[in-house]
Order: sequence, then C-alpha cells, then structure tokens
Amino acid sequence: MSDIADRPFDDAPVTTAKDQGAAVRIATHETIEDRGHSLTACATTIRRPAAELYAWWRDFSNLAGIMENVERIEVIDTTRSHWVVKAPGGATVEWDAVVTEEEEGRLIAWASAEGADVANSGRVTFDDAGARGTVVTATILYDPPAGVIGKLVAKLFQREPAIQARRDLARFKQLMETGEVATNAMTRKQREEQGA
Amino acid sequence: MKALTWHGKHDVRIDNVDDPEIVNPRDAIIKVTATAICGSDLHLYDGYIPTMQSGDILGHEFMGEVVETGSSSTLKKGQKVVVPFTIACGSCYHCGKHQYSGCENGNPADNQDIARALYGHPMSALFGYSHMTGGYAGGQAEYVRVPFSDTGPIVIPDGVEDEKVLFLSDILPTGWMAAENAQIEPGDIVAVWGCGPVGLFAVQSAFLMGAERVIAIDHFPHRLELARKFGAETINYEQTDTYDALMQMTGGIGPDAVIDSVGLEAHGLFVDNAIDQIKASTFLGTDRIHAIRQAIIAVRKGGRVSMPAVYGGFVDKFPLGAVMQKGLTLKTGQTHVQHYLPGLLDAIMEGKIDTTFLISHRLPLEQAPEGYRMFHDKQNEVTKIVLKPGQ
Repeated sequence: MSDIADRPFDDAPVTTAKDQGAAVRIATHETIEDRGHSLTACATTIRRPAAELYAWWRDFSNLAGIMENVERIEVIDTTRSHWVVKAPGGATVEWDAVVTEEEEGRLIAWASAEGADVANSGRVTFDDAGARGTVVTATILYDPPAGVIGKLVAKLFQREPAIQARRDLARFKQLMETGEVATNAMTRKQREEQGA
Repeated sequence: MKALTWHGKHDVRIDNVDDPEIVNPRDAIIKVTATAICGSDLHLYDGYIPTMQSGDILGHEFMGEVVETGSSSTLKKGQKVVVPFTIACGSCYHCGKHQYSGCENGNPADNQDIARALYGHPMSALFGYSHMTGGYAGGQAEYVRVPFSDTGPIVIPDGVEDEKVLFLSDILPTGWMAAENAQIEPGDIVAVWGCGPVGLFAVQSAFLMGAERVIAIDHFPHRLELARKFGAETINYEQTDTYDALMQMTGGIGPDAVIDSVGLEAHGLFVDNAIDQIKASTFLGTDRIHAIRQAIIAVRKGGRVSMPAVYGGFVDKFPLGAVMQKGLTLKTGQTHVQHYLPGLLDAIMEGKIDTTFLISHRLPLEQAPEGYRMFHDKQNEVTKIVLKPGQ
C-alpha cells in the first residue's frame, strides 16, 4: 500500500494516477481482480435512481443493447455469463465473466474466467448523487490483445476498451434518461446497418 | 423525397433520397413547409466545417406539419410546429437546468469523441450541421425526422403564417439570448457588432429589455439601414474608427454591454483549429477575432460582453488582461432554443418583435443551390432566403 503514501493529499480516483503501474497495483489490491495491466475508468451522471440503473445492468442480457461492440451475451447462471465481442478486422473474441462481488443497488464486480480470449475484470458502481441522480462509474482492467500494437489497431477500429466504455456509458445514459438510444439514422434500415 | 445535399465546397445539390421514417419512439416526421438558409450554412458551403460527409442534408432552420408520430411523441398529426435547431432530450442534467444546448443525450455516442477531444465535453446535436454535432439530416428537405419531438418543437396556433414564426427555430432566440447574456439594465447603452439576422434580433431584443440606446456596427449599408429602422444608431466600420466613435457616442464611458454577433469570419478558425488540434499543434491566425477583441476594448469598466457569434477553436492575442483589469463579465454559448420558445412566440403574436422584415428572397426548394450562391455572393442585398418545399 506504499503507493497511496506516494500520493499524499490527493483525493483523485486512483485510475487517474499518472503512474498507471501504481494505479493497477492499488486497484488490483483493493477492488478489482487482477486480469491485466491496462486500466481505464469513466463516470457518467444519470438522472435516475441507483436501484433502477443497477437492476437494468444486473440483467446482463440487456447490455448488448448499449454495448456496440458486444455481439451477444448469454446468461449462464446468476453469476456467470458468456460474452462474444467484436474485435478488429471482423474477428470476435469470447470469454466467460463471473460476478466476483455485488451489492444490491450499489456495485457489480466481475472477472473473466480461465481461458478468456481477452482477460478482463472490473466493476461498475452506482452512487446516489442526490438531485443529480446517480453517478455510474465503470472501471475496467484488461489485457490488450497482442500487446501495445493490438491496442493501437483496436483504437484504429474504434474498439479500444477505453473508447468503447465511454460510448457504452453514454448509450446507457441515453436509454435510461430518454427511453431510447440516440441515432441519426433516417430510416430503420439505416439504423440496422449502423448497428452492424 | 427531394433534399438539399452537400457534396463539397460550393457544391450543394437537390438529390432524391429515401423518405425519413420513425426510428425511435419519441420521433416525429415533419413535412417541411418553410426552411431558411442560415449564415452558418455558408460555412458548410465554403467547406470550413470538418466532419461533413458527401450527401449530408443541410438545414437547421425549419418548420412544418406533423405527418407521423412515434409511440412516445406528444405531437399530433396535422399540427404545425417550429423545430429548434438544437436537439435536446429534456431529461438530462443540462436540460433540467434549461441549458438545452448542453444536452448530453441528443448526440449519438459515436459522434461525441471529436468534441470531447477539442472542448473537453461532447457538444449537443444540431440538425444538418456535420457529424461532430450529431450527423442528423437537416430541414432543407421535404421531410425531416425529428428526434425527441415531445421536447423540441413548439406547436403554432392555426392561421399563423409560416414566415412570422419560422425564425423561432434559431436566429430569433439566438438574438434574444445574446441580449439576455448582455444582462441589460434600464438606461443601458448597448453596442452590437454585426447586423446580420442575429444582430438585428439582438437590437430589437435589447430595446425590449430596457436599453436606452443601441449602437449597431456593420459595413453593409442595407443591414445598417435595417438596424436603424429598429431605432439603433449605426457605425459603418469601413468609414469610421469604431473605438473612437463609441467613446464619443458614450461620453467617454464606453457601452455598458457589448454583443459580438459577427461570427462569420470567426468560423474560419474552426477548421484550422480542429485540424491543428488533431495534429496536436495549436496556432492560429490572429486577425479573425477582430470583433470580439474590439468589443472587449470598447466596453466600459464593469461591463458585460455577450458573444452569440460562433467560435470553434483557440485564439491568439485575446485581450484577457482587459477582461480582468476592467472587471468584465463574458457570457456566450449555443442557444438554449427550447427555453425561449414560448415567450418569443407570445412576443411575435403580440407584435412586439418583427420577424418578416428580414426575408429578402423566397424560393422553391428546387432552387436552393441557386439560393446558396446568391446568399454567398451578395450579402448586402440578400438578408434571408426562405425555401418552400412543395411549391
């Protein structure tokens, strides 16, 4: 825990530390299962009660509707689900995700099971923010495929997890606040093509 | 349907495209009865705005008849509506504060990244104005898909002619908000840079808010003539030293509030800068923020600076010292159109604000490309072109 001592009088989230190595060490020590060395987090405020947002999220089969890069999610049992995710170049990657910690209405943490194509872990927290609604924070730790080059390629194809996480949260916010995911499609056919 | 589409610099065409459909529950489809070409459309026309794609339908000032509604729309078929150019959801943190142009939900998630990189936050979505602001098809067309139709469009009473209310879509609320941002107090002297549609509506609005005198600054004689019609004193900056004139006309004190509604030149910054930003280099020409610089220098100590003019990037030689030393207040922003609609519709119906004076040309939609050319080439005579689809 010496890392915390290295950041005296700094209340900033550990995921925003400039020393990412330290951030990963602290995060995996405190809150997240160790599944990689790329850490990303983002937060959004949603004007809905935490309980409602949590309940929607906890039904993992819902998530494919807001996660553009997720092809499908199969719920296996109450803690285990199978994820099929689009990767750069038309490929897909798959893994089983296991819920490692949960607190009704407050947080869900997960980690990929052994044999994952892309090892990953993380947590989503739902914090009551009074009149502002709920602050939803997603923290994701992952092992970028094929190292640094894989990350660059993924970014080119806009499938980089940090970008995806931010967009996914934006779509989650849209759906929860407005009842729909915003689209500029002029026709239903166009919308389907955009989703492809 | 027919629509005015963008294909590149100085290349806009009437194309046949698919009719829009209801895609989301809160959508409505509007059959456009009147739509205008905005000064800011010229920046698309001039190829200044990045993230445009060939075939994009332009137009963000439009109104029409509701012909189809989604299951959650509150509009009814047959209603006549004016549609705000800003797309706002009505449910997010910013909409809750009536800061509709800060809406967080209208812009599709994939289009939010560029503005986040440039400005720190994604911008709200606008109709027909590049993909950075949403990539939504615009209103210079026979039909438009209007998202969040329960929040944006204002229903117009039967029997009111289109031309009277069309400018509720953008330029009237923009001029009004410009005056509101100037925090005008009774007895104030207000100076307005730029007598385009926004500046002219700002002149009218400033008087309605209690300004004792308004001084309007431009170089097109016809636009100065219009400003004078609304009671403004005028300065032609081509033949007059603006700062000296303002000082003498205000007895050496300076205007209490200043409004920069020039913006057009400033638009050029947008591209240079967006590109520079992407290249991670940040320098820009220094001559394009002339109006706002001059306004800041001329405004009195403790005065208010309102900036409806559109700026996109970074500037050089911004007189920040004058802002601090003179104790100025600077207010700006894209217009929170939805917030102003009910009050401004009333003002029009009560005859307090004149809108139709602005229209210099009326054309069928098919002649829109010609309209762009005219508007681009003859800014003195052409103050506003209204297109009428289906006529």
